[in-house]
Amino acid sequence: MAVVRVEHASPSSRIGTGLLLAIVVALAFAPLWGGREDLRLLSEIYSYVALASLWNLLAGYAGLVSVGQQAYVGIGAYALFALTMFAGVPPLVAIPIAGLVATVISVPVATLLFRLRGHYFAIATWVIAEVFRLLSAQISALGGGSGTSLPATIVISIASNRAVREWLTYWVSLALAVAIVGAIFVLLRSRYGLALTAIRDNELAARSNGVDATRTKLVIYVLTACGTAMVGALIFLQKLRISPDTAFSVNDWTAFVIFITVIGGVGRIEGPLIGTIVFFILRQLLADYGSVYLLMLGVIAIAAMLKAPKGLWGLVADRFGWQMLPLERRVAVPGDVKQSPQPKTP
Amino acid sequence: MPEALLEVRALDAHYGDFQALFGVSLKVEAGQVVAVIGANGAGKTTLLQSIAGLMGARHDAIVFEGAPIGEEPSHAVVARGVALVPEGRRLFPSLTVEENLLIGGQLARPGPWNLQRVYGLFPVLLERRKQPSPSLSGGQQQMVAIGRALMSNPKLLLCDEISLGLAPIIVRDIYERLPSIVAEGLSLIIVEQDIAQALRAADYVYCLQEGRVRLEGKSASLTREAIAAAYFAV
Amino acid sequence: MHWVNIILQGALTGGLYALFAAGLSLIFGVMRLVNIAHGDLIVVAAYVALMVTSALAINPLMSIIIVIPIMAAIGYALQRLLLNRTLGNDLLPPLLVTFGLSVIIQNGLLELFTADSRKLQAGSVEVDSIAIGPGLAVGTLPLIQFVVAIAVIAALQAIFYRTALGRAFRATSDDRAVAQLMGLDNRHVYALAMALCMAVVAIAGVLLAVRANFDPSIGPARLIFGFEAVIIGGLGSMWGTLAGGIILGIAQAIGAEINPGWQLLAGHLAFLLIVAIRPEGLFPKVQG
Repeated sequence: MAVVRVEHASPSSRIGTGLLLAIVVALAFAPLWGGREDLRLLSEIYSYVALASLWNLLAGYAGLVSVGQQAYVGIGAYALFALTMFAGVPPLVAIPIAGLVATVISVPVATLLFRLRGHYFAIATWVIAEVFRLLSAQISALGGGSGTSLPATIVISIASNRAVREWLTYWVSLALAVAIVGAIFVLLRSRYGLALTAIRDNELAARSNGVDATRTKLVIYVLTACGTAMVGALIFLQKLRISPDTAFSVNDWTAFVIFITVIGGVGRIEGPLIGTIVFFILRQLLADYGSVYLLMLGVIAIAAMLKAPKGLWGLVADRFGWQMLPLERRVAVPGDVKQSPQPKTP
Repeated sequence: MPEALLEVRALDAHYGDFQALFGVSLKVEAGQVVAVIGANGAGKTTLLQSIAGLMGARHDAIVFEGAPIGEEPSHAVVARGVALVPEGRRLFPSLTVEENLLIGGQLARPGPWNLQRVYGLFPVLLERRKQPSPSLSGGQQQMVAIGRALMSNPKLLLCDEISLGLAPIIVRDIYERLPSIVAEGLSLIIVEQDIAQALRAADYVYCLQEGRVRLEGKSASLTREAIAAAYFAV
Repeated sequence: MHWVNIILQGALTGGLYALFAAGLSLIFGVMRLVNIAHGDLIVVAAYVALMVTSALAINPLMSIIIVIPIMAAIGYALQRLLLNRTLGNDLLPPLLVTFGLSVIIQNGLLELFTADSRKLQAGSVEVDSIAIGPGLAVGTLPLIQFVVAIAVIAALQAIFYRTALGRAFRATSDDRAVAQLMGLDNRHVYALAMALCMAVVAIAGVLLAVRANFDPSIGPARLIFGFEAVIIGGLGSMWGTLAGGIILGIAQAIGAEINPGWQLLAGHLAFLLIVAIRPEGLFPKVQG
């Protein structure tokens, strides 16, 4: 009996993975070749790569379209401020703990949300985010409606030297983004990933094949909440100031994220990477135009959805059969003639 | 030689990469009843849907009253006088019996068919006219579906498997009313799995097999052997 | 008595929420579309009313007559040119396109009108009140808005169930392919539905503009109120949407009375409670 193997890699993925690793290494050395502003910008890019990858996992893979992930950005941020200011937790340690807080909160939230489907689920996620925003405005210890700043003592506790501090937070930012994208990759390679693709394509068929769709979706929702909260905690640690409206901003943490993912390509792990780059290029180009910039983003998002629903990466990948990371699944039987990889949605 | 009411010329049809019809040609004269028979998957429904404008076809693949209508969308085809009784009835579940009939008459094309006439043809519908359409039996739903198509005062009526899922006695009942429909000046294409019924009702028969016309001829002149051979491509 | 007054005020406000929601309910029923820009379009209607009233110097409530056809035309064009192309089984395209539309509208309005808060003056009717019992009084304007909401919903029900247009909506919603076989052009039917929706949005916008301050950013909150009303009331039922709006209004009024900062929170919590207990809503119609 010939042993059947499932293969993932392809020529394009070998190149892609190599390239990505090289870029990550180069970025790790950024403190050597970049200035303060560069590090700040890069950190922002990493945050959006992470947030968009997580949103993509939730919506593009698990089919849970949420317009309320800002809830977890805010929860993570507020958790960090509370932990550092009231429990004396070191700021960098507070980041994963903030993720844990969000994990715990997300379970009852998911139980509630999963009672709705499709469009109604989406709107309900927004309502949940609004609830958390309104609740946080009630916490006077954290500045109530106008928010508060992170005390200098806590900031200094990261490192007394400002440059070191900035390098540390920069590396944490890079590491977090790499860890999140890496974790998503591992997840998609696993049985869970296969289950997700099945659920996304046809939930009924997946269920009748034994996939526990509800539990899979719950796991994804909780993991996404955890990741989003950690990114949120880090973002606001760097901003040094928090308020309900900024922490739970629909525009910053959902609209832009959705834009990035759609432009890049929903349902593909490479989408958020490409989308973030395009987003920041656009931001540089249009920064001087004020609210017209947002208007242009809206127009581009609509045009992209209508003309290129699979995003930029979708266009390229389907045309050439490329993948950056080895995620596609091909059954290989020894003795078969090696075939060139078929363009496939991973 | 008078122009045929409907002419299908070398029609192809695809579902994505799958080709369902290969160069199908057929003709319907005014006042004629044409039957299209064939096994499951032979392409009968695809043929009717193409004629009705649901599938998109080559511009001159379908010619109705001398005009090529292959590319026209279905709402335009109905306006010309071609009505389809879809496979499986496909009544509107949110509408009552009468509303289903009324919406058939949406276009208000001139002609003999109206609500009263349809109730005259199918009296049982009059009693049930305010009921939601899903509450009717299969046979009654079929009557509504036919009535709905008639309300658009078509010149050509396409009936897709009206016997599907119905008891033989109900099928006979419905088929008995077809001649009065034809007498009003309608032409018919009936797609049927029940071959005997098709041969009885039709003047001319086409047999489809795997998307191609294997046999055609006047129903009276076709032998059982010829039909069986064409049906199963033995 | 004081509490009865509070609840009454809340119920009347709920009428306005039901107006926000009625259009949403209509569009979701006919084409399963969720328009994220719905609230922003209500704000557009408010600004259109602003322009009409300042250009013609008429009472804002009278401007409804002009705002309605303008918004209906916008709705027809929007559906025909843009939204029809997003319809299908996939959830994402319409959600994302209307999200983009929301951003465009908010920022467009910002560019045109600045972030300044506006309000339309309707005269003394804004402060008048009518006594309806010992110790009970209702504001004239809220009462008018409530009555208008009921009238609009009754009109929509009548259109849906007693006219050929309504039949066309229901049939297209049931089975759009077979609806085409009836001679109904889907693109046109959907566009008419959106035009009708925008006519309701026009009324909602004018009433909003007279009732409270408005600026380009308040759209999303109106969308959420509208949705909460629809979900509380139940899918497919216009009167359910009215009930949903009233319940939401009352919940907010009670919350505001306990603590002004809790107004919105109380509404959201009432919504979430209903989702937890009865996700299909309080008065759902069988057809989903």
